[in-house]
Amino acid sequence: MELNDWLLALHLLSAFSLVAAMIVFWVGIVVIRRTDLPEQVVAAGRLFPVAAVAVAVGSLGTIIFGIWLAISLDGVAVWSGWVIAAIILWAIGTETGRRGGTYFGTAIDRATESVASGSTAPDAKLAELARTQHGLLLHSISSLAILLILIDMIWKPGA
Amino acid sequence: MLASMLRPDDLNLPLFVHVLGAMILVGGLLATSTSVIVARGDVRTLRIGVMTLLFVCLPGYIVMRGGAQWIYSREHLDQLDEDPAWIGIGYITADAGALLLIISLILGGLGLRRVRGGGGTGLLRASLIISVVLLAAYVVAIWAMGAKPA
Repeated sequence: MELNDWLLALHLLSAFSLVAAMIVFWVGIVVIRRTDLPEQVVAAGRLFPVAAVAVAVGSLGTIIFGIWLAISLDGVAVWSGWVIAAIILWAIGTETGRRGGTYFGTAIDRATESVASGSTAPDAKLAELARTQHGLLLHSISSLAILLILIDMIWKPGA
Repeated sequence: MLASMLRPDDLNLPLFVHVLGAMILVGGLLATSTSVIVARGDVRTLRIGVMTLLFVCLPGYIVMRGGAQWIYSREHLDQLDEDPAWIGIGYITADAGALLLIISLILGGLGLRRVRGGGGTGLLRASLIISVVLLAAYVVAIWAMGAKPA
């Protein structure tokens, strides 16, 4: 196996890590939005730290190995339109994902405090925090950006 | 994802379907694996894992496997004398993975039913431990698909 084969494999594994993290966040968000019980929110919130690690590894890995591969491969340049588009979408996806996560983090923090103090009854304020439209919108934009990167990488418009 | 610069354009759609399905499958498996690791016996967390197996991993698997077969037939890989190693790895992980996924879903379904009677935690945990094995196998498959050894 040559260096480019390894770079491609690592780039692909990073991309899977990024999308997998996004799906874990979606699973958690769906669960959190459907309940007003602190214990249920805490249960879903347990998924988030692992997803946060996966998203960090995935987002850094995709950009580092992706640019390295674009430099290393013949016939591909970092300034190619589809590569620049992917980098812009990557920036949009990671930043909106990061901002969206803070909204759901607030709900998880409140649920954790409630459970720690022994309060497990339905909490209207918690439900309001968990059903944040801003958080949902930002996570949706982030997911759409990642989906567009996948389309861009496969079709390579202008290549 | 900068893959296969010489790939014919008519493979783009099947490849997109295959990769999207695989990403959904792996994402679901990461969620289920995480739930069994962080649950510490908490049934709510284990339940999230089993529901993810059913509503995320199973559809993801079907899309991934359908896309793979679409590529295999369109690229006429079935006409090769012998499959390359990366296709062999893909087939083994996909077909053995289907069996393990079904076993995992059955164990999870039984576990969820028994949870109402106060038991079932062991079945839920067993179901989700299989998903950890599946996740590890699919990481190897992703590496093989990207690096295409031999």
